[in-house]
Amino acid sequence: MKFMTQTLQLILINLKSVPSRWGATLVIVVGLAGVVGVVTALQSMSAGMVATLRSTGSASRAIVLKGGANSELSSFITRDQAVVIEQADGVAKGADGRGLVSGELILIAERPLRRSKTDSNVSMRGVGAAGFTIRPELKIVDGRMFTPGLQEIIVGVKALEQFIGLEVGSTVQIRGSQWAVVGTFTSNGDAHESEVWVDVETAQSAFRRNGYSSLLVQLDDPSAFQGFKDSLTTDPRLQVDVQNEIDYFSSQSRNFTRIIGVLVKVVGIIMGLGAVFAALNTMYSAVAARTVEIATLRALGFSGSVVILATIAEAMTLALLGGAIGGLGAYAFFNGYTVSTLGAGFTQVAFSFRVTPGLLITGMALSLFVGFLGGFFPALRAARMQIAVALRAS
Amino acid sequence: MPVPSAFPPPQYTLKPDPEPVMTALVSIRGVSKRYTRGKQTVEVLAKLDLDIASGDFLALMGPSGSGKTTLLNLIGGLDQPSDGEIRVNDKRIDQLSSNALAKWRARHVGFIFQFYNLLPVLTAEANVELPLLLTDLSKAQRKKAVAAALAVVGLSERATHKPNELSGGQQQRVAIARALVADPTLLVCDEPTGDLDRKTADEVLTLLQDLNRNYGKTIIMVTHDAKAAEYATHQLHMDKGALVVSGAAA
Repeated sequence: MKFMTQTLQLILINLKSVPSRWGATLVIVVGLAGVVGVVTALQSMSAGMVATLRSTGSASRAIVLKGGANSELSSFITRDQAVVIEQADGVAKGADGRGLVSGELILIAERPLRRSKTDSNVSMRGVGAAGFTIRPELKIVDGRMFTPGLQEIIVGVKALEQFIGLEVGSTVQIRGSQWAVVGTFTSNGDAHESEVWVDVETAQSAFRRNGYSSLLVQLDDPSAFQGFKDSLTTDPRLQVDVQNEIDYFSSQSRNFTRIIGVLVKVVGIIMGLGAVFAALNTMYSAVAARTVEIATLRALGFSGSVVILATIAEAMTLALLGGAIGGLGAYAFFNGYTVSTLGAGFTQVAFSFRVTPGLLITGMALSLFVGFLGGFFPALRAARMQIAVALRAS
Repeated sequence: MPVPSAFPPPQYTLKPDPEPVMTALVSIRGVSKRYTRGKQTVEVLAKLDLDIASGDFLALMGPSGSGKTTLLNLIGGLDQPSDGEIRVNDKRIDQLSSNALAKWRARHVGFIFQFYNLLPVLTAEANVELPLLLTDLSKAQRKKAVAAALAVVGLSERATHKPNELSGGQQQRVAIARALVADPTLLVCDEPTGDLDRKTADEVLTLLQDLNRNYGKTIIMVTHDAKAAEYATHQLHMDKGALVVSGAAA
């Protein structure tokens, strides 16, 4: 208890002396604010992308792709295969007694981005009639649903934010044909909101396609997935891959999160090392400036271990302050900030940065670790000072 | 040279001891201290023997480099001898570990430095309280002891002032209060008036004399100043690491 009291008192004394050396102290605070701010912002980008893609889909839905295809864009399912799949085990039936299966066609359209005014890819998804029954989360928030057989499209809200000319009432030229924008939709903030949707039959006709990129299947319930998958993968007429819809969209973010993860580590390590040296410099300066004070306290009977703990605690407190500023700065500037990037299908996927409590805690932990390293060696020096010699520094 | 006390009557909780028993409080036997600088070894103290009686007010004098501060540091437990034995109150301190020595200093030694060595960010009362943070006293008890110590040095009115708001003499008196507050066995003073003008120095020395005479505090003081040494009950002169003259003060 006495040890704790001594340590706390010494920490308070150290912190009280901070205003008299703000210049040196700012090095550690600003350094850590920068490190935590940048690392948190990068991680929030990854977290936002992952959240967007992982929120896409349902456990009771399956997506069927051509065997070996890693995305819808590289997949092709024939109409004959689609008929077989519709009759497989575990497929939920609609009111008309037919399997709830949406044959979907993914195409890439070019539209100018609002931010850069340069052309970029937007996903154009042809959706079967069952597609809307299977996805109850889809809501028309402006205008109306497209009419099958007419060249009409509905636009996801994030696609509308990202691209020029997709407002309801406008007409856009896609691959040489004119399409009327008749509605805008939301889809619980998932990746579909970055897409443009069209009736699949109309798209097949307009773009001379005779099959589908994927099939979205409503299962009887999530537990039916394995039976459904087995019935397809053991059918000699089919060469397909079957994935749970959530797993499929999660896998689409894997590369992105891996790249961001590497970037976070590289940037974090470089900046972290810089911050450690800044903290070391600050704390060595602090110890040097207070040589006589520390020696006096040791002469009075404060133990070396108390001096070590108090010096480390001071460094960690300053680092924590820097980390908090960096974390809050990242939250203020980036949380909810919407950007788009090329997804696995070479189309723009819009997502929002997410500065989560977990990321803020990680940032705090990082700053405490850097503060500890930055305080440890100067603390050792402070504790190992020969008191009689240090007192003469006055 | 008796000097009338310039400070308020004692209200301090330490036990007044107007007639201290003169037994050896500090016993030094065969103490040497050597420093190594590169390949060269310098002997600062050479086989020194010395007894300091309880209740004594001893002035250690001598030219720079004579070893007086080194001796003071050894007695105060700030340094360890190369050879020999140091006992204070019958406890051998030359063999204590660093932590044990720190605890011993906290309990038995009050330090007074030439440049006061107050912590600039703390008020006078917080500076005085520092040694008590190493004790088991409650906050209320600490507050009471601090008030008493400040009263002894005549600075009750300045308790909440920071060092930069006090004169040199007042700062040294705060340092004396800090040295006293835990009721140590010894007061160890290294040039306590070296940074003060004559008048202020006399006030501080009078205070030390008062503490010695009225509270029985054993004081060991290093000084260059012959006038300051006159306030002590005994003087020791050192040269080249050895005691050369000793005697009672004039």
